[in-house]
Amino acid sequence: MEINIMKSKDLPEETLKTVHSNMENHDIVMKPRMETKNLTVKYGQAYGVKNISLPFKDKTVTALIGPSGCGKTTFLRALNRMHDLTREAKIEGEVLLDNKNIYDEDINPVNIRRKIGMVFQKPTPFPTMSIYDNVVAGLKLVGIRNRSLLDEVCEKALKQAALFEEVKDRLKTPAVSLSGGQQQRLSIARALAVEPEVLLMDEPTSSLDPQATLRIEELIHVLKKDITIIIITHNMQQAARVSDKTAFFYVGDLIEAGDTNTIFTNPKEKQTEDYITGRFG
Amino acid sequence: MRRRRIHDKIIEILLVIATIAVLLPLIIIIFHVIVEGVSALNYEFFTEELGSPSRAIQGRPTGLVHTILGTIVVDMLALAIAVPIGIGAGMMLSEYPEHMLNPTLRIMNDTLNGMPAILKGLFAFVLIVKPMGTFSGLAGGVALSFVMLPIIARATESALLSIPWTIREAGLALGIPRWRVVISAVMPAAKTGLATGLLLAFARAAGEAAPLLFTSFGNNYLPDRWFGFIFNPVDTLPQRLYSLAISPYSEWHSMGWAAAIVLLVMVILAFAFARFVTRGKVQLK
Repeated sequence: MEINIMKSKDLPEETLKTVHSNMENHDIVMKPRMETKNLTVKYGQAYGVKNISLPFKDKTVTALIGPSGCGKTTFLRALNRMHDLTREAKIEGEVLLDNKNIYDEDINPVNIRRKIGMVFQKPTPFPTMSIYDNVVAGLKLVGIRNRSLLDEVCEKALKQAALFEEVKDRLKTPAVSLSGGQQQRLSIARALAVEPEVLLMDEPTSSLDPQATLRIEELIHVLKKDITIIIITHNMQQAARVSDKTAFFYVGDLIEAGDTNTIFTNPKEKQTEDYITGRFG
Repeated sequence: MRRRRIHDKIIEILLVIATIAVLLPLIIIIFHVIVEGVSALNYEFFTEELGSPSRAIQGRPTGLVHTILGTIVVDMLALAIAVPIGIGAGMMLSEYPEHMLNPTLRIMNDTLNGMPAILKGLFAFVLIVKPMGTFSGLAGGVALSFVMLPIIARATESALLSIPWTIREAGLALGIPRWRVVISAVMPAAKTGLATGLLLAFARAAGEAAPLLFTSFGNNYLPDRWFGFIFNPVDTLPQRLYSLAISPYSEWHSMGWAAAIVLLVMVILAFAFARFVTRGKVQLK
């Protein structure tokens, strides 16, 4: 983070110093943007995840790693109430966004999901909609009709997701005509168009080629200046490249969490080390 | 090797025979209906009302215009009642599986589907005819809507369920309310399946005579203009077909065959129309 700021050339020395000191204060004073407290997700009698307490600082990227079936996705879906649709799923504990439990009675899940966006593992374009309509769906379907605003948002989001150049001449064509990788970037653009404050990403690059993956990782670097990102990845290099914090899950438990650097170079737990070095999982 | 190829050939031949066995009755029925009925299909058939048997016997102009119009009115009334309720129930079944009313709804829908059509007519009789004091097109429409309802609900459910669940989650994750996701993202993707469901329901109900016996009742003449079709006894094709067929007059027999042709064409046109409306622009991957 610091290195990034130091490197940017277009800011004068003075400003950099203030930004820097502000950030340090920030770190000490700021409570986490989002936080889980003793979060447990059960499917019937079976545990998805057990007793997870994990803070997410504002404007940081947290990577969730761990072998398949360890509860990463279950955990991530609990963070924007995606389990509401599954009758068997039971949530215990708290998920705090700005110190307010998103599972409280007076909270409307629709508003929560507006603030906490999600990108899924597989591309999910709305099949009957054009590329354009897909990107602005989150605005249009809640009643925003202002044409020039929508145009603006569409272009911005597509540019962020590194898709604009490829589709700018055919925004009105069906989204399903795009290739798999393009559809995934479209899904990311669609999630960004509603300007979420927190973005949950469930293996967003698993269906992308290395080129597109790189662009998405660059995007994550840009986005974290404004928003909090929680990303699941099976790619250790990716976790190391994009994240500030890393949390290691194993069979429904949170084994270890901390600065990505520490986790990767000097993990406390043996299991973490084994997983990262590829001895299992 | 050789033996396997022979087996393969035998199975193929059996399958072709099975296909023909399915298609043959259909072709024979259509062919026979057309041969028997086409002679009675003339200009008067579509412009005159039936009247008394003497008209046909003495060669005076007679036809089934009141029956054709009556069928259209009663079927449309039935669709107007059954489509919104049926689609709503289908949405409930597929989109809100966690709702506590859902299992009950499913059982009741299946029961309604299996219930004899004549009972549905009886119920419409009690519900509409008794209070109104007269048989009517409206009562017929209500009776037929009971036939359509469970078919539409089930077809809607399966059409919506064929759309991947991830589409809904993607919509919800954008902060779009659940109902809006269903209407704007899921329903359009399922429109071919939805239209097929409506059509099946229409085709099934359009051919039903039993629920209409004591609801729309039948009529040899055109009802009073405009609301007569709704509030007075109304003639319909399946029921008229039956009464023409059991009549002792050969002139009426061939009119019965002609009525069958019209009924057949109506259903085929409905299929063609639905195909046209939903002609597939979108293919799900």
